[in-house]
This record gives sequence, structure tokens and C-alpha cells, in this order.
Amino acid sequence: MQDNKLPRLLIVDDELPIQRFLHTALDTGEFSLHRAETGHAALAATVSVRPDLILLDLGLPDMDGVKVIERVREWSQVPIIVLSVRDREDDKVKALDAGADDYLTKPFGVGELLARIRVALRRSLQQTPEPVYIIDELEIDLARRRLLVRGEEVQLTPTEYDLLRLLVIHAGKVLTHRQILKQIWGAGYLDQPHILRVNISNLRHKIEKDSSRPRYILTEAGVGYRLKAEY
Amino acid sequence: MTTMENDNRPSPEAMLRLAKAEEAEAGRGRLKLFLGYAPGVGKTYTMLEVARQHKRDGRDVVAAYVESHGRYETDALLEGLEVIAKTLIDYQGVKLPELNIDAVLARKPQVALVDELAHTNVPGSRHEKRWQDIEEILAAGIDVYTTVNIQHFESLNDVVAQITGVTVRETVPDRLLDLAAEIRLVDIPPEDLLQRLREGKVYIPEQIARATENFFRDGNLIALRELSLRRAAERVDVEMLSYMETRAIPGPWPVAERLLVCVSGSPFGEKLIRTTRRLANTLKAQWFAVYIETPGSGKYLQENRERVWRDLRLAESLGAQVATLTATSVAGAAVDYAVRHNVTRIVVGKPDRSRWRNFLRPPLVDEIIGLSGPIDVHVVSIAHKQGIKTARAMARQRPFPWTGYVESFFLVAGASLACKLLQPFLAQTNMIMIYLLAVVAASIRLEQRPALLSALLGVLAFDFFFVPPFLSFAVADTEYLITFLALFTVGIVISTLMAKVRERAEAVRTREVQTDSLYCLSRDLAAAARMEEVLAAVIRNSTETMNARTVVLLPEGEHLEIKDASQGLTLDMKECAVADWAFRNRQAAGHGTETLNSASLLYLPLRISGDVLGTLGVSLANETGYRDSQTRRLLEAFATQTAMAMERIQLSRQAEQANILKARENLERALLNSISHDLRSPLVSIAGALSALRDTAQQRNDQARRELLDTAWEEAGRLNRFVTNLLDMTRLEAGELLLKKEACDVQDLVGCALAALDQRLEKRRVDVSLPAGLPLVTMDLVLMTQVLVNLLDNALKYAPPQHPIEISAHTDEKSLIIEVADHGPGIPDHDLKRIFDKFYRIPVPEGAGGTGLGLSICKGIVEAHGGTIRADNRGGGGIRITMRLPLPEETGR
Repeated sequence: MQDNKLPRLLIVDDELPIQRFLHTALDTGEFSLHRAETGHAALAATVSVRPDLILLDLGLPDMDGVKVIERVREWSQVPIIVLSVRDREDDKVKALDAGADDYLTKPFGVGELLARIRVALRRSLQQTPEPVYIIDELEIDLARRRLLVRGEEVQLTPTEYDLLRLLVIHAGKVLTHRQILKQIWGAGYLDQPHILRVNISNLRHKIEKDSSRPRYILTEAGVGYRLKAEY
Repeated sequence: MTTMENDNRPSPEAMLRLAKAEEAEAGRGRLKLFLGYAPGVGKTYTMLEVARQHKRDGRDVVAAYVESHGRYETDALLEGLEVIAKTLIDYQGVKLPELNIDAVLARKPQVALVDELAHTNVPGSRHEKRWQDIEEILAAGIDVYTTVNIQHFESLNDVVAQITGVTVRETVPDRLLDLAAEIRLVDIPPEDLLQRLREGKVYIPEQIARATENFFRDGNLIALRELSLRRAAERVDVEMLSYMETRAIPGPWPVAERLLVCVSGSPFGEKLIRTTRRLANTLKAQWFAVYIETPGSGKYLQENRERVWRDLRLAESLGAQVATLTATSVAGAAVDYAVRHNVTRIVVGKPDRSRWRNFLRPPLVDEIIGLSGPIDVHVVSIAHKQGIKTARAMARQRPFPWTGYVESFFLVAGASLACKLLQPFLAQTNMIMIYLLAVVAASIRLEQRPALLSALLGVLAFDFFFVPPFLSFAVADTEYLITFLALFTVGIVISTLMAKVRERAEAVRTREVQTDSLYCLSRDLAAAARMEEVLAAVIRNSTETMNARTVVLLPEGEHLEIKDASQGLTLDMKECAVADWAFRNRQAAGHGTETLNSASLLYLPLRISGDVLGTLGVSLANETGYRDSQTRRLLEAFATQTAMAMERIQLSRQAEQANILKARENLERALLNSISHDLRSPLVSIAGALSALRDTAQQRNDQARRELLDTAWEEAGRLNRFVTNLLDMTRLEAGELLLKKEACDVQDLVGCALAALDQRLEKRRVDVSLPAGLPLVTMDLVLMTQVLVNLLDNALKYAPPQHPIEISAHTDEKSLIIEVADHGPGIPDHDLKRIFDKFYRIPVPEGAGGTGLGLSICKGIVEAHGGTIRADNRGGGGIRITMRLPLPEETGR
């Protein structure tokens, strides 16, 4: 608040203890914090505060969290991280399909939260796309369509490459099954998630050391996949 | 009684009797009888006076049915009393007023006035007689005041007829006299009564005015008055005796007498029964009436059955204990029964038969006297002319068996023809044999009379055709008379013996069928494990053995409902009401009974040890069955067997429910224990760590602070897992667990589970062995991940950290098999199955224990996928959990 150059975070949650906890946890001097307790207040604050990131609880008293995302997305691409409880996978998928960037399952650790916020902020603030991504032992050169794993070139099929590219571009962000299927195979394949699984499995065999404990391509059960961005 | 004379304590029997009487009275209304000796003595008037007195004393008195016959004194007394409207019953186009029982029961006053105890209700009323109405009102706990004349009591019926020459048709059972809590004798001198009669103050219906002319004679009235006074005095006597008995006042106790009377279905049975009842009354004796069925009695059985049935019921209504026995000898069976029941006197009718018949067959009296030993035998004389007439009349009603006689004629004609043809080759003596053969054939094939006819015809034909002079009935040689006599005698003997054999066989067969049907029923009932099976067995058996159609009604809330019925049998509202009556009053009702007999079915209550479980409705194929004592007995036996089977099932169901309830209680207790322990202990750690940091953070170094924070963080994780499990369990229980099935990679599944436990698995080795090329398997990835997480969590908790945890998967033809194995302590074999039960925990040191929910959730989820889960101990220690998930057809190998 003091410094206008700090990224502005809008925290939307109707439960006061959680508001308080988030406020305290995020009050590290990195961000300027704003809060809203209802969906309508959140929409109003989005206009007035112009936040750089929104932390949104899906269970709001006055309107559905997914609705809030849709309304924001009508005019803004501000990153939105959804906070939700475990047993509402459907809501998470809906929120992600509606345009949310990431989600966190309650209860979560503050470290995790801060990491997600940083990834999302970085991605949104990044202006021009980089041609080469380096993630730990992976090196993906988008300009040359080349993949190096631990320094060695690995051959990918065109579909596998497209899949990897999509994940890399959105590194750190959860992509739902629908989003991936639509982007890679087209809208006609939305009801065939198994081709996605087979390709993910193949891709893992090529880039992961132990595909039972993947380090790069993480499965978000019931939701989708995410390329782990930070190491 | 002898002991009683020594110490002045009441005998236990007397106390018991008193207790029983008091018990019976509790909840029942009290009956007050206004007893008179003739119409016009003022019973109704007195009753109303008493009622008004009570009303003034503040009792709730209503006039349920009072007939003033237009006398203004009576009408005046009715004023100020609440009168219940009579119900009008339509009988042959005329509406006749009757007592409205339902209105009385609904009004439920303290006292109901019901005139004319002996009244016979209009057909179509609920009960045949008004005294039955009154019994029902009493049973509802309402006191009843009623009026009756002495001549209406059953046991006095014939005495009154003898005195007055007028037979009273409206009778009431004597037990009502005993039942009455109070008897008020309404008495005026006969002269005054006659005076009132002359003044027209006595109401007499016109149609019987002529009959009553004889009735209201001085002599009659004096005799009736004496009867009623004596009866009332007797009653006082009984009260006095029981008073003395209960208070142990020593006195001249009468010897305990027991009387026995045999009913044979003869027309004199009724008189015999009434006489016995009077005798029993005078002697204060218990009495028995038995019917002894002998094989030989079968001939008249059909005609007699009706009468036997009526006699037995009469005896029962007069207070006798009744029984039906089967034996070869009446006298033997009667004496045997008498000895077994400590009977002191046997009452027998005086035979009135011609001397030669007595000579042929000794009369029953002589037989009984011969056998009776110490038992006294009372011989009662009976007037019988009328009786014999009716017996003959009844015999004549049977259709004449023409065909039998014709057949016997043809048999003899055939024999004659054969003899004629064979005449050249046969000696005359052998021709007799041919006729004899014909007679034997007739005896075997035909009834006794046609067989006798064939013997006679045989003799005549033989005489006519083959005894010289031929073609004439004259006999040349008198020697032939011996032949004729022998032939005729042989015929009689054979046909008589055959008839007896047949009757006996018939009796045995009937018994056999009944025994068999009861056996079949009890066998089927024993096999029935559920209520529906019991009902089906009853209906099937009654159809098979009695050709009866049946319906079973059981209480459902307030009302009876049809639970099962023979095909096509339905009940309308009225029938249901009769069934309901039988159920509530615990008595048979409907067709063939005295209650609501306009119904088309007979309804028997299903009674068992003082409780009524329902009603059995029976529709018999032929009308005689309803009054036939054998059939009724069989039906009663059916009802009893059914009730017993139903009770058995109810009891076992109750036991089962008690078990379920107990199991649920255990579960709830376990749940409470689990929640209080598993929710509270992490909370204790978290709160403790946080309070330490809040209050004493300054005094601690960084490492201590770090440790406190780690504890709080780990415990919060544990709390979260427990809450997750609890929620999963709740959803599984509520059936709200919807599977979101999609084709999944097993590797993905394992990866997700390992990722979820990432931090806790840091220092553990996990060996994953998944063969290449595992098919995609349809499952809910989130839930199956939860399963795997729970299993790994257990392994982490129980197995020592230095040993690896193993995860492997493979497929067979039908399923995917996933195994999670550890090197922990394992589980005792007998507990292997129980570990999947809710809140079951293997006894382990405090702290290591889980929630007891994890594995049962695993089981629930795997089973929701159509799979199975089991636990085995591994050879080298540790446990292996094996899950099988079905492979879809198309992806299976």
C-alpha cells in the first residue's frame, strides 16, 4: 500500500480467520494487500484496485466463485489462484476452465502459496516469450524444436513435442484435460482423455528418471497436469 | 382342605381364584342384573330408579337401550338421562331398532343401561344375541345394568317349560349370572302382578298374547317366583362360601365334586346337559362334557355331527369343559377320561329300548357301571318320543341310493343266469356258492342295505329257479329252509362286517388326512424363515388339505391389513370389519359363529400366549364344513400353528434387531472414542506448541522454536488426514460417493499417491515395480489415490523405517492387481478380515495407532469400483494388501 510499485494482491475469502492468516502470512513486504469478503466486493475491488493477482476462495456467500472468474475474465487477464477444499474437484476444473491460473487445496502451507504466487506473477509480468526454457535438467529450445535431457538430445514425436511445448509455455500452471485436449488435438477429442494419458506416459518415460515418481510432469488427480517450474 | 382345619389360613386355591377373579375384573366393566320372575314385575322401572340415583351421585350414566313400552312412569324416569340413539336395522323391508354398540363404545360412559338381556337381535346385527353385545360393552370397561327374567337362563329352560308349558326360546348362558357383580332381585307378590296385568300395566306383544294367557296363572307365577328367589339365594350362598373360604373360616366344605356327561349326538343330549349343569351347580362341582367318536358311529355321523357340535357348544356355554375323543368303546373311553380327570360322578341317560335289543347289545349304562369302579353313575330319565321322530325324519331326508339297489338286483340276476347256463354241469350245492359269490360281491361293492337286498334276492331266486318245484316260491323239501337261512345269514354277516370295515377305514382316513395336513403345515412352517413364507405356507396348505380359500390379516398401525390371500380372494369393507372384530375381541367371528354371522368368511384370531397376532379368514368349499367340529378343530389347529410360527419369526426378528442395535451402539461408541482421541490429540499438540511459542518464545532458542513449530505442523497434517477420512467415510456411508471414472494410467496413480506423501516418504525406500505396457484402467483417480495413500500411510506407520515398502501391479485376464507390501509386524491371522471393519484397530502402542477408518474407506472405495481388497501376512513378516480392480472388456488382454 505504501509503495505503489509493489504487486497488488486481492485476497477474496469470507472467513475472517483465514483472511487474517493470509494477511499475516503474505505481509512480507513483497506485496501490497487488499481484501474482499464477498463476490460482489471482489468484482468491485478488481476494478478499483486493479490487482496484479487475485487469491479467490470458491465458497463465497453471495455468488459462485466460478462466476466471479468468468466476470473478471470478461475484461481482464489478471492471474487468479483459486483456494478450495479437497472434495470439490469438479469446482476446481470448472474454475480452471473458466480461466483461473492455478489452484491450491486447503489446508496448504504458506511456502507453497508464496511459490505459486511468484510463478503466476512472473508469468503475467513477462512480456516477451523466451525461446529457450531450462528447468533443472531439462532444456527445451522452442525455436529449434529441440529437447535436451541431462545434456542429451531426446527424440519426440510431433504430438509429444506439442504437448511438452504447451506445458512448458504454461510452466507452473495447471492445465486441465480439456484445455490440453482442445489445444493439441482439437475440440473433437474432448471425450477421449486416454490419448492424452498415453502421450503423457510416453513423454514421462523419455524425460523422467523414474516415471513412477515424476519430477517434471505432475499429475493433478482429477484435474489435469502441470509442469513443475521451480527448482 | 385338611391342612386348613389345622391352621386358619385360606387355601392357596381359594386365594388364587380370588386373585384371578380380581384380575379378570380389572379393566372390565361390572355387570348388574335386575332379575325378575315374569314380565311386569318392574325390572326396568327399578333399574331406572337406581340409575337416576347414581346419576344424582355424580356417575356418568347413559341409557343405551331402554324400552318403556309406552308406560308413562317409565318414560318419566327416563327424563334427565342421556339416551343413546338406537340403530335401525333393515330386516325384510322393516326398520327395527337395536342397541347401537359402537355409539356406546364411542361414548364410553361409566354405566350403560341395556334393557332385556335375553333379547335376540335382528339378523344382520353384529351379534346374534344381546348378551353378546353386553359382553363386548363390559370388555370395554363400561359397567352395564340390565334386566332379565329367570326363565331365560339356559339351565332353567326346560324346568320352566315343564312348569308353565311355554317354551322360552330366548335364552342366555348361566355364566352371565355368575359374571354379574351384583344381582338385584325385583320381586312383587303374584297377586299384585296379576292385578297390574288386569289393569293393563304390563306390556305384552300382541302376537304372543294368547300364549301368555297360560303363562300368567297363579301356580306358574308362584313356581317362577320361587325359582328366581332360590337362584338369587344360591348366589348369595356362593358369595358367602367364597367369603368364608378366603378368610379361612372353617365350615362344612363340600367335597370337591367333578361331573362328566357324554354327548352322543342323540336328541336327548340337550336335556342331559342341562340336567348335569343343574346337578353340578347344586354340588358346586366342575363338570365335563365329552363326545366320544367310535368307528361304528360313522353311519350316523353326518346327521349327528351338527347336533354334537351344538350340544358341545351348549355345554361350553353352561360352563363345562368339553372334549372330543376317538375310541373303539364309548364306555371304556368315558371311564378312562373320568379317571384321568378325577371325575366323581358320571351322568348317563336312562335307556328306553326294547328288551330284546338290550339283550343283543348291552346298554351303555350297564357298560359304564361295569367299568366305573369307585365313580358314581347318575342315571337320568329322558323323555324321547319326539326325539326319535326327528331322528327318523332326518334319516329319511337322505337321497335314496337307487343305483345300489338296481346293481344288487343285476348281480343276483347275473348269478341266476350263470347257474342256468351251468345247470347241466353243476350240483345244486355249488349253485348256492355262485349266489354266495354274488352276495359277497354286493357286500364289497355296495352299501349295507343293497347288500342285504342281494342276500334276500339271492335266496328268493335260488328258491324260484333251482329248488323244486321250479319257477315257484314253494319249497318241496323243508330241508332247503336251512340252506336259505344259511345263505341269508352269511349275506347279512358279510355285508355288516364290510360296512363296519368301510366306516372304520373312512374314520381312519379322515383322521389320517387331518394329521397329515397338520404335519405338512407344521413342516412348512418350520422351514419358513420369513413372515411372507409363513403366510404362503398357511394359504397353500389350507387350499391343499381342506380345499379352503384363506386370507391372513395382520395389524398395521391402527388397522388390520390383508397380508396374503388365496388367489382371487378379496375382502370388502364389511368383511374387513368382521376380521377386525375377531382380532380385537380375540374370538372367532363371521360365518358359522354366533357373531356377525352374515359375513361370508369365518374369521379366527391368531392367538398365542395371551396375545393376538392377526386374523385368519377362511372360506370353505362346502357349507357343512363351518359347523363340522372336525373341520373347526382342524382350522383352530391351523390358526394356532400359524400363530406359533409367526411368534417365532417375530421373536427371531426382535433378537436380530437387538443384535443390530448392539452392533450400532458398539460402532457409535467406537466412533466417539475415535473422534475424541483422534481429533483431540493433534489439537492438544498444536495448541500446546502454539501456546508455548506465544507465551514463552523469548526464553527459547531457535532450535526449540523450530521443534515446536514442526510438531504443530505435523499434527495439523494428521488432523487434516483424519478429517478427510471421516468425511470420506460419511460420504461412503451415505451412498453419496459418486465415482468419476476415467481411463487412468497405473503409473499415474502410483505417482499421485507418492507425491501426496512426498515429505513423509523422504527418508523411506519405496520399491515400485510396474511392468511395461499395463493397460489403462477405468477408475476414479482421486479416490484410488486416496486408497493408495491410506495403504502407504499404514505401511509408514507400522513398518520399521529401514525396510522398503513395495508397490507392484500386474494384470490377469479379468483384473488389475495392485499390491502394497511392507515388512512390519503383520497382523494376527484371525484379525485379517476385521482390519477392514470400521474403527477396528490392531492393538498397538499408543501414538502409533491410526484412526481405524483408513482401511474401511479403502474397502468402500475399492468395492465401489467393483473390486476386492484383502490382507495377507507375508512369509517373512509384514503384511501384503492386494487389490483387484476389474478390467473393462475392451482394454483387457
